[in-house]
Amino acid sequence: MERNIAAGLAGLVFGLGLTVSQMVNPAKVLAFLDILGNWDPSLVFVMGGALLVTAGGYRLAWMRPAPLFEQNYQIPCDNSIDRKLAVGAVMFGMGWGLVGLCPGPAIAALTLGGPKIWVFFLAMLGGMLIHLKTPIGKWVEA
Amino acid sequence: MENFTPWSALAGGALIGLAAVILMGANGRIAGISGIVGGLLTRSQGDTAWRLWFVGGMVIAPLLVTLSTGNAPPFLMQADWWAVILGGLLVGVGTRLGSGCTSGHGVCGLSRLSLRSLAAVAMFMGAGMVTVTVLRLAMGG
Repeated sequence: MERNIAAGLAGLVFGLGLTVSQMVNPAKVLAFLDILGNWDPSLVFVMGGALLVTAGGYRLAWMRPAPLFEQNYQIPCDNSIDRKLAVGAVMFGMGWGLVGLCPGPAIAALTLGGPKIWVFFLAMLGGMLIHLKTPIGKWVEA
Repeated sequence: MENFTPWSALAGGALIGLAAVILMGANGRIAGISGIVGGLLTRSQGDTAWRLWFVGGMVIAPLLVTLSTGNAPPFLMQADWWAVILGGLLVGVGTRLGSGCTSGHGVCGLSRLSLRSLAAVAMFMGAGMVTVTVLRLAMGG
């Protein structure tokens, strides 16, 4: 139960951060990506603020031998920069640029917009299912 | 750059960082949203509840802001229906194929100085900027 409450709290704080920084607003995100247009660099500051806190906070957290409510830390150890990473990142970037939503805001904004945000969210889950149920990962590697 | 909001961006970013630290310190997990949501689609035992709690917290957050300030956060989604559907599919497949999104690679990965995450961030930001620019030119803007 403690770990569910901790996860809920983390999700709440994450969503507050997305709301305060206006990253839940697709128009705001598109203005960052529109680098040759009327550019809005705010997203750089969101990333900067998040990185400062995370870089310091992770190191503090890791001073404990284990997390509070789990046996160990699950930190990705894959360092490969391969074709799957490249194809996936480019596909994600194209979808991000088409709409102005990445996965976090797509969830946090579910109550803010009309049917379009829900259709985007369901399409995103559909895309995740395609990755899960088809050998698309293997095709990209081949 | 008249819409530039550096202070609320920094403050909101710091909150996102705090959320990542809470999840790492409490549960030892990376706060990568595509990973957390993607994990809901594979029914692995005892690994679902915390993900739902996290997502629930995210959904409630803007409602709390609306209730406490009396104003709904600004939200403008102008994409056409074809772009909404295609964009959602691309974000879903792409974030799973590339093992992360703006939060997992962008915040958690970069803070660990992961070169893999840096490469991913450069590629998805580049692809996003090209897409927005091409769309704008195609629309005659």
